[in-house]
Amino acid sequence: MVTELAVDHVSVRFALPGATVAAVADVSLRLRPGQCLALVGESGCGKTVLAGALLGFLPGNAQVSGSAVLSDEDGPPLDLLAATDRQLATTVRGRRIGLVPQSPASHLTPVRTARAQLEEAVRAHHPDEPDPRGRANGVAARAGLAPEDLDHYPHELSGGMAQRVATALALVGDPWLIIADEPTTGLDHHLVEGLLEEFRRLVADGHAVLLITHDLAAAQRVADRIAVMYAGRLIEVGPPHTVLDAPGHPYTRGLGDALPDRAFTPVPGMPPLLTDLPPGCSFAPRCDRVVPECAEVPALPLDTEHAVACHRPC
Amino acid sequence: MPPPVLTGLRAEAVVAGYDPRRPVLDRVDLTVHAGRTTGLAGPSGSGKSTLARVLALLHKPFSGTVHLDDEPVTGYRHRTPHAQRVRIGVLFQQPRLSVDPRMTLRAAITEPLLATGAPTDRADELADLVMLTPDLLSRRAHEVSDGQLQRACLARTLALDPDYLICDEMTTMLDASTTAALVGLIRDYQGRTGAGVLAISHDAVLLNRWADRTVDLSPDGVLAQRVSSDVR
Repeated sequence: MVTELAVDHVSVRFALPGATVAAVADVSLRLRPGQCLALVGESGCGKTVLAGALLGFLPGNAQVSGSAVLSDEDGPPLDLLAATDRQLATTVRGRRIGLVPQSPASHLTPVRTARAQLEEAVRAHHPDEPDPRGRANGVAARAGLAPEDLDHYPHELSGGMAQRVATALALVGDPWLIIADEPTTGLDHHLVEGLLEEFRRLVADGHAVLLITHDLAAAQRVADRIAVMYAGRLIEVGPPHTVLDAPGHPYTRGLGDALPDRAFTPVPGMPPLLTDLPPGCSFAPRCDRVVPECAEVPALPLDTEHAVACHRPC
Repeated sequence: MPPPVLTGLRAEAVVAGYDPRRPVLDRVDLTVHAGRTTGLAGPSGSGKSTLARVLALLHKPFSGTVHLDDEPVTGYRHRTPHAQRVRIGVLFQQPRLSVDPRMTLRAAITEPLLATGAPTDRADELADLVMLTPDLLSRRAHEVSDGQLQRACLARTLALDPDYLICDEMTTMLDASTTAALVGLIRDYQGRTGAGVLAISHDAVLLNRWADRTVDLSPDGVLAQRVSSDVR
């Protein structure tokens, strides 16, 4: 059984002709059994790239540094960033870390039914299972699908159904950690509730969940901790109510103020280009609390309940 | 020609869908009033997007009519009369699928101007309108974030100064700050021009804040019930 995922100082850069994209910069976090961490931030801030790095799903021009160590009481620890693709494919993906991908409809094979794909995953992960069909139905039920829903081809599924098929596929291998990338996008209210409930159930069973989302309301309902990402860096980590109701970072405060049931005012300005980050704090050009120290990148304190990377927190 | 008097974009007894035996919408009436924001809510599969496509003149209903300022619409899709086509703007859920990846943002924004033979020197003004910085205009779609791309889509839609704007789950892919920014931009445009807006979303909190009134499409997709929102 996995005991911890320790992500330390992970940075990801992409080399493009004439430019370098600093997609993730110096991210450190811990995930332990029974925890749900929500990673929030606007699109393009590096959330998905971080998830891709953990699973070895980055394109060839990515330069990754740092470490992401999976500690397992049944074996030696494994650094996901140094592991070979074969190690990831045979021991990590789907088995210890399951991914619910972004826009699931485009991740399903269009020419096979949901059932064919789910039963294939059952046979791959549980070759000794005498009743793959029954097991597939059981996993589908946990994701909120009836057995007959599985007999459709991906194009016959609504967005919400495709989402649930993707969730079922991620649950088949009974992974310790589920990484769900924007799982609530485009779902109706009651489906969001059902999905978040399933995540809570997984967490209660000793799994860990990393929820990548831009939906602050969903993050607040399900997560034990919220980590806010801005321009590739974690800028604030803490309990949901603290982060949303008493934020320390001006950007987090701005995100909260933008909610439609609050002030509904946007954060002024635009996020910086990841190819051309300002020196020092990358939020400084949009910030109304800038002091001279902001020319230095503020560090995120580790091992505190509520950590804020800001020289002049709110 | 005098500017048209804006009386509304109106769907009357619209029956529409993809199979005449099982229409998604069954005799639906909905009016998008000029100068107002009409919210449209309802579960997935209830026909919100189909209704949006009918009102945007992108989908021909099996029966029923759409009136644009009391003028009946005579053709849909490519058969839409030019004068009616350019008066209705649409924003879709996925900006990535709405922009040709080979185009720079500048080309995407000026495309409607080119297509209608209008002067194309308004790109910077339009970009400024949606608060896109000039350096982004030379980028292609994959080089900008979803939020920036949706801003470009809004600039492209506003290029023809539409009298009606149909926003089909426009903010689903966006974070709270970008959502608030885009809704604010649309409200500014509406305040200047008196345009009518149809805001489609499954986010009830957002519609409560954004729309003047919200209409619910029922789950079986056959009847529209009117529910007024009493927020403002």
